[in-house]
Amino acid sequence: MVEPIIQIDKLDKSFGPLKVLDGLSFDVMPGEKLALIGPSGSGKTTILRILMTLETITAGHIKVCGEQLYHMQRSGHEVPADEPHLHKMRSHIGMVFQHFNLFPHKCVLDNITLAPMLTKGEVRAKAEQRAMELLEMVGLADKAKAMPAQLSGGQKQRVAIARALALKPRIMLFDEVTSALDPELVEEVLLVMKRLAAETDMTMLLVTHEMGFAHEFADRVLFFDKGRIVEQGSPDKIFRHPSHERTQSFLRKIIAAGHRV
Amino acid sequence: MEWDWAFVAKIMPTLLEGLKLTVLITILSAFVAAGLGLVLAIAKRSRNGWIAKPTAMLIEFIRGTPLLVQLYFIFFVLPDVGIVLPPLVAGVIGMGLHYATYTAEVYRAGIENVPKGQWEAARATNLTVPQTWIHVVIPQALPPMIPALANYLIAMFKETPLLSAITVLELMNQAKSVANSNYRYIEPMTLVGAFFLVMSLLSVILLRWLERRYGRLAK
Ligand SMILES: Nc1ncnc2c1ncn2[C@@H]1O[C@H](COP(=O)(O)OP(=O)(O)OP(=O)(O)O)[C@@H](O)[C@H]1O
Ligand SMILES: [Mg+2]
Repeated sequence: MVEPIIQIDKLDKSFGPLKVLDGLSFDVMPGEKLALIGPSGSGKTTILRILMTLETITAGHIKVCGEQLYHMQRSGHEVPADEPHLHKMRSHIGMVFQHFNLFPHKCVLDNITLAPMLTKGEVRAKAEQRAMELLEMVGLADKAKAMPAQLSGGQKQRVAIARALALKPRIMLFDEVTSALDPELVEEVLLVMKRLAAETDMTMLLVTHEMGFAHEFADRVLFFDKGRIVEQGSPDKIFRHPSHERTQSFLRKIIAAGHRV
Repeated sequence: MEWDWAFVAKIMPTLLEGLKLTVLITILSAFVAAGLGLVLAIAKRSRNGWIAKPTAMLIEFIRGTPLLVQLYFIFFVLPDVGIVLPPLVAGVIGMGLHYATYTAEVYRAGIENVPKGQWEAARATNLTVPQTWIHVVIPQALPPMIPALANYLIAMFKETPLLSAITVLELMNQAKSVANSNYRYIEPMTLVGAFFLVMSLLSVILLRWLERRYGRLAK
């Protein structure tokens, strides 16, 4: 029996008095493609940010690749993870942001090679060779020397995907990666992600408002509301036969807003 | 009273001595202000309240009192507690410390100018904190700081005459002494003004160029 690659156990997260995640538990299997959907403010981004260690947790446990993410053992006791532990755990995970967050002072190639060279000690030639392969894959080999400011939003996001992939993470997190893009640029990014899903065995967690894409991309869909999972299942079940009233009304609103399902 | 070119020629070497010292003081003070300002900026950002709060108070205190008073304090009062400093050293410390409180603010604004998403991208690509500073934050924070820092350099240069109050023989003090001993003020003082004007104009040109090259820091 294969062990889950991510195990979230009774996770709580509060920002001051605001409880954003409330006793959340779910597992993700290796290679699984998961879509997280739900209304604004339901905590989807927060889950990804917690997995990327960009936030702290209030209570609960998370295991990634068989190891505690936010805790470690010290002489038989469980203590909060220190920076070296987080650093080690982060190498399993990559993230692509809504607003790309490319390094604006570095060219496309250097954006991709920076982290492999610094964090894995890769030599430049090797890092650049891999970066070029990745740029090839996202269709931007001719932009290697361009600065981020010279790229369109869709191109920036494809570079950001290549940058995250360069570190060979086992888990990739995508937070509304197309929602900052002009509509005509969405497709080129989704295409890259579809190829990625088809050609790699990476585990992928995707937060999105693109229901059509989620349907096609995901093995399993989790519907969130108020920091809890309301309903989960196959895309067909969630999108065609949602059993929960809140899921139904959420999907109705999305369709009314003009999104494809 | 007539302009006397012969007198100008006679006092010129003394005034140039003074100008040299003025430039030297400006450069030394600039180094102190740049280095100490960084220390103050980091200390003020500290998460430890016992470091951050006193630093913030020190900065307010130094900015809230005139540089001249601070110079007097360093040069004439500190010897009472056994700290005797040569005039030049006292002057450089006084100027450097005073302007460090301003450069600290430039550093703070420059660092906060770097979007949060840059820190997060650095962390998501697993850079360490020092790597994040060196490869991501400082390269983005520094260029917009340069015009603001240059601005304080010019201000500092124009304030060097204050050091004549603590017997430093910079340009103003030299001019005063040749004027007093010859009972002629028009040439020395005009020349001092001219020197400062020329230097200021040159630095304004430099500053405009820096602003075009590196952009401005949004306040
Ligand atoms: N740093 C923060 N400080 C305070 N509150 C926060 C912070 N980050 C998020 N929140 C709050 O936590 C809640 C969940 O936010 P989150 O970004 O996870 O929602 P989301 O499901 O991603 O929503 P959206 O679809 O709008 O992106 C929101 O109410 C948000 O305002
Ligand atoms: Mg979100």
